[in-house]
Amino acid sequence: MEATISSIIAAAAPLVYATMGETISEKSGVINLSLEGSLRLSAMTGFVVAFWADTAFAGFVAAAAVGALIAAIIAYGNIKLKINQIAIGFILALLAIDLASFFGDSFVGVRGEQVPPLPIPLLEDIPFFGKVLFDHNLVVYGSFVAIAVTSWYFYRTRGGLNLQGIGERPEGAFARGVPVNLLRTVYTVLGGAMVGIAGASYSLDVKLGWRETLTLNLGWIALAIVIFGGWHPVRVALGCYLFGALQIAAFHLQDVFPGIAQVLPIAPFPLMILALVLVSAGWFLALGERFPKLRGWLVLQPPGAIGTIFERE
Amino acid sequence: MTARSTNRFVPTVVALAYALLVAMVLLALAGAPPIEALLRIVDGSLGSWDRVAATLLAWSPLVLASAGLVVTFAAGMWNIGVEGQIIMGAIAASWVAREVSADAAILVLATIVAGAVGGALWALLAGVLRTHGGVNEIFGGLGLDFLAAGIAIYLVIGPWKRQGVASTSGTEIFPDASFMPTMELFGADIPIVAVTLAILGTVGVYFLLRGTRFGLRLKAVGRSPRSAFIIGIPNNAYILSAFLVGGALAGVAGTVQVTGFHHKLVPAISGGYGFLGILVVLLAGFSAKWIGPIALFFIVVSAGSTQLELRLDLDSSFGGVLLGVIVLFVVFGTAFSQQRAKRRADTAGAEP
Repeated sequence: MEATISSIIAAAAPLVYATMGETISEKSGVINLSLEGSLRLSAMTGFVVAFWADTAFAGFVAAAAVGALIAAIIAYGNIKLKINQIAIGFILALLAIDLASFFGDSFVGVRGEQVPPLPIPLLEDIPFFGKVLFDHNLVVYGSFVAIAVTSWYFYRTRGGLNLQGIGERPEGAFARGVPVNLLRTVYTVLGGAMVGIAGASYSLDVKLGWRETLTLNLGWIALAIVIFGGWHPVRVALGCYLFGALQIAAFHLQDVFPGIAQVLPIAPFPLMILALVLVSAGWFLALGERFPKLRGWLVLQPPGAIGTIFERE
Repeated sequence: MTARSTNRFVPTVVALAYALLVAMVLLALAGAPPIEALLRIVDGSLGSWDRVAATLLAWSPLVLASAGLVVTFAAGMWNIGVEGQIIMGAIAASWVAREVSADAAILVLATIVAGAVGGALWALLAGVLRTHGGVNEIFGGLGLDFLAAGIAIYLVIGPWKRQGVASTSGTEIFPDASFMPTMELFGADIPIVAVTLAILGTVGVYFLLRGTRFGLRLKAVGRSPRSAFIIGIPNNAYILSAFLVGGALAGVAGTVQVTGFHHKLVPAISGGYGFLGILVVLLAGFSAKWIGPIALFFIVVSAGSTQLELRLDLDSSFGGVLLGVIVLFVVFGTAFSQQRAKRRADTAGAEP
C-alpha cells in the first residue's frame, strides 16, 4: 500500500509541474494550448542537454528555457500582435512535436542522466508518511513545493490577488494601476518554464530516456486536468494524483482485463466533460447556494477573461 | 474584411520566403544537402503516377476535413474535435462495410453516407455540450477526440478483432465490394471517387458560405453572436448546424480513410488529417477558396518527407517542421502587417 501510494506520487510529479504552470498561465487569462508540444520538446531538449553536460541539472535549465520560449511566443503573438491564443498555441503544439522528433531522432534509446534519489533523513523514518512523502528525489519534493507555493501565492498574497484580477476583470485591474499585459506575459512565461521542467522530469526522472512517445498525450491530459480541477491549485493537484492512480491501476489490471491499459488513460477526458456538465447544471449550482461553505469546492468557473485580448482604450 | 484580404498576399510571400530559409538552415544543421532534400520531397510525392495517385488519396481526406473546418470556423467555433469526427465517420463506414452485403455501388454509397452521419453526430455532441452543457468546444472537442480514439482501439482489439489474434494492427480486410473505386490512368490507380468527394465538398462549402442565406447568417453568428441574436438569428441553432455540416464532411474523410486507403479499421485511422486541416484552414485565412491548393502543398511536403528518411537518413518529421514553421510565419507575418497598417491608420486619422 505504502509503496503503491509512493509510486503514484512520484509518477504524478511531472504532471503537477505542468498543470501548476498551466493554471498560473490560464488564471492570468492566457491559455497555453501548446502543452502537448512544449512537454515533448522540453523532454527531448532536457535529455540531450543533460547528456552533453553530464548533469541532470543542466537539462532541467534547458528544458525550462524551451518551455518559457514557447510561452513567450504565445504571449508576444497574443498581446502585441492580437493573434488568437488558441491559434498560436495549436500551431506551436504541432510544430514542437515535430521539432522534438526531428532533433531527438539520434538520441532514441540512448542511456542518459537521471535524478539521484534523496531520502530525507529522520523524516523518512516516520511510519507510513515517511515512505510515502519523504523517500523520493528533488523532482518529487519540488512538486510538493510547486503546489504549496502556487496556492499560497494565489490566495494569500497581493501579487496573487492581482494575478486573479487580470484574468477575471482586466479592465478593473488596469484601473487600479496593475500593468495587465506585462503581468500576463510574465505569468505565461513562468507557466511555460514550469511545463518545461515537467518535460525534463519525464526524460530525466520518471520515464528516463528519450523516445517520441515518451510524453504521448500527457500535454492534452494536463490541459484537461487543469479544467477538471477548476483552476484551483489543490484540486488540480488532486486531479494529477487521481490520474496517477488510474495509470497504476491500468498497469495492474492489464493481466485481468487485457486492453484496459489502452482505454483507462483516456479517462481524464470523459471525467473532465462530466465535471464541466455537472457544474453547469441547475441543481448543482443550487447546492452551492445552500451550502456556502462548500461553494469554493463546488464551482468550476473559468477565469472571466480567459482567452481574451486586453486593450486599453 | 476587404482590407484584410488585400493585405494577405505580400506578408504570405515574405513569410514563405523566410520559412524556406529556416528549412534550409534546419537541413544544413542536420547535415543534409538542402537543395537535394527539397527536390527529394517533390520527387517523393509527385515523381511517378503511382506517387501522384497516393498523394491524391491523402489529399482527399485532408481537403474534406479542412472544408468541414471552414464551416465551423465561420460559426466562430474552434472545432478541435475534428479528429474524433473523422474517427467516428471511419467507424460508422467500417460497420457498414463489415455488416452490410449489397452491390458495390450501393455499398460504397452507403459507407459514404454512414461516414457523414457518424461524423455529424459526433460533432453534434461537441456542439450540444457547447450550447447546452457549458463545455467550451475546444476542450469538449479534445475530450471527444480521445474518446473516439479509445472506441476505435476498443473495436480493433475487442469485438472486431481478427480471427484468433487481438492486435492493434487493425481489423480483417473489408470485402472487396466496399472498396472506394479507383480509375486506372497512366498505369496508376487514381482515386477518382475520393477526389470527386473532396472537390464537391470544397465547392459546396464555398457556395454555402458565399451564396446562401444560411451561410450569411452563419457568418453573422460567427462574427458577433450578440448582434446576430439581436437581429433575430437563433445562435444555437446555427452553431449546431455548423457542427453537423462540418462533422459530416470530416466523417466522409473518415470513410475515405477506411474504404479508400486502409481497407480496414486501424487505431490511428484519422491519419492526423483533422489537426493538419486546422493548419490548412489557418493558412487559407478561413476561406474555402484556397484549401485545395494549400492541402496539396501540405500533402506533397509530408508525403515527400518520408523519402528523406529513406534516401538521406533524415527523420520524416522534417515535413511537419517545415509546415509548422510556414504556418507560424504566415500567421505572425499577417498579424504584424495588420498591426502596422492599423497603427498607420490611427496616426493618419489623428492628423487633421
